[in-house]
Order: sequence, then C-alpha cells, then structure tokens
Amino acid sequence: MVTTTEYLILAAALFTIGVIGVLTRRNIIIIFMSIELILNAVNINLVAFSNYWQQFTGQIYALFVITVAAAEAAVGLGIIIALFRNKETVNADEIDLLKW
Amino acid sequence: MTFDQILFYCLAAIAIISALMVITRRNPVHSAMFLITTLFSVAGIYLQLHAEFLAAVQVIVYVGGIMVLFLFVIMLVNLEVVSTERRFNKQWIIALIASAVLLVEFGYVIVRGGKSSLLPPVTGPAQDLTRKNSEQIGLMLYQNYMLPFEIASLLLLVAIIGAVILAKRRLASDK
Repeated sequence: MVTTTEYLILAAALFTIGVIGVLTRRNIIIIFMSIELILNAVNINLVAFSNYWQQFTGQIYALFVITVAAAEAAVGLGIIIALFRNKETVNADEIDLLKW
Repeated sequence: MTFDQILFYCLAAIAIISALMVITRRNPVHSAMFLITTLFSVAGIYLQLHAEFLAAVQVIVYVGGIMVLFLFVIMLVNLEVVSTERRFNKQWIIALIASAVLLVEFGYVIVRGGKSSLLPPVTGPAQDLTRKNSEQIGLMLYQNYMLPFEIASLLLLVAIIGAVILAKRRLASDK
C-alpha cells in the first residue's frame, strides 16, 4: 500500500524540477516542456487526493487541467512560431522588446 | 515491500530521472523524448491510483497530441546554433536558490501536514473508484460538471482559433 504522502512527495519533486527548468533554461521550447511537467505534478496531487477521499471530483479536475494544458500548448507554440519568424531566435533572454 | 510499492518506486524513479533529463539536455528533441517517458510513468501512477480513464487520456492527449505538436515546432524552429550556445541563463544560481527554498517549503508542509488531521472529512458518500471508472467519470462530467465541460469546449475553440491566427504567415496584402 502506497500512502498519499509518497504521491505528494513525488508531485513536489516533479513540480520543483519543472520550476527549475522554467527559471534556468534559455530555450523557450524547453521552458514550455517544464510547464507541462508542473501541470503533471499538480495532476498527480489531484488524483492522489481523489484516491484518498474515494471521490471522482479530483480525477475530473485533472481532466480539465489536461484540457487547459492542451489549449495552452497550442497557443504557446503558435506564439513561439510567430516569435521565431520575427526575431530568428528561441532564447527567452534575447526576447527583450519590453526591456530598456 | 509489496508489489504495489515496488511498482510505485520504479515509476517514480523513472519519472524524476527523466524529468531531470528534460531540463538538462542540450538538444530539445532529446528533452521531448524524456518528457514522453515522464508522461508515460505518470500514466502508470494514475493506473495505480485507480484512475484508468485519466491514464488513457494522459497517453492519448499528452503523448499523442501535445508532444507531437512540440516535436513539430522543434523541427520548425530548430537552429544549428542551439547545439553550441549556453543552455542556462545568467540568473541560474538565484533560480536554484529560489527552487531550493520552494522544495524546503513543500517538505515542511508535507511533513507537518502528513500526520495531522487538518484535512476536512469527506462530504457525501464515498464512491467506488475501482469499478466502472470511465462510466462513472462520464456520468459525473455530464451531470455534476456540465457547465465546466462546456466552458472547456469553448476554451479549446478559442485555443484553435488563437493558434491559427498566431502561427499564420502575414501576407503582404493585409497589414
């Protein structure tokens, strides 16, 4: 029997790895993948609590999170393509039009 | 140690190691491949938690849909210079310190909250997660969560239109 705490620890570890990826990487596509990691960590939490309380609500919420992740990926990758067309770069620290 | 626990620790180890690979590899295609491994092991963890439908959705939507989209975009924008230039930005030390603080906070909450009875008791009768998973999720989705379901469909429609508009090539005729 695996306890809920162990699932929470796994989710916390994945979440932190995702945060590190978002904060340290330069490649904007890998930053995006790190965001997917973060969303997955949250989903593990939701499903773990769904199992803990024997309620389906957590699983349905996780389903909506996956929907939002799909929408976010589509729009975000569209933004990346538009950026690449204008700036010829995929490095997040070179896209500094709002900085002066 | 039961079979359940061995399976969980294997899946968790695969998930965490390949997640680390995702954020450290130089080549974005390798990162995408390791992310697929992570997503598969998370699907296995869903199976352990009696979320069979969600595990299937995870494989179909994430691995089959989102990751293919990622690979498409990597192929579209991949540059030769990516293999030679720096992987991490200048503020990576501060970022690591902030992440360490975050991890300590998580650890504190889990250790303190793990044994306490802060969690409120269940409202409503317990549902049987182990039987007819897809059927029960479908029923709840169309009965209790009808409005969020419709809003999600609207969100997806907006995302489709937005992605097309953003990725569309600007023609010379329209400014």
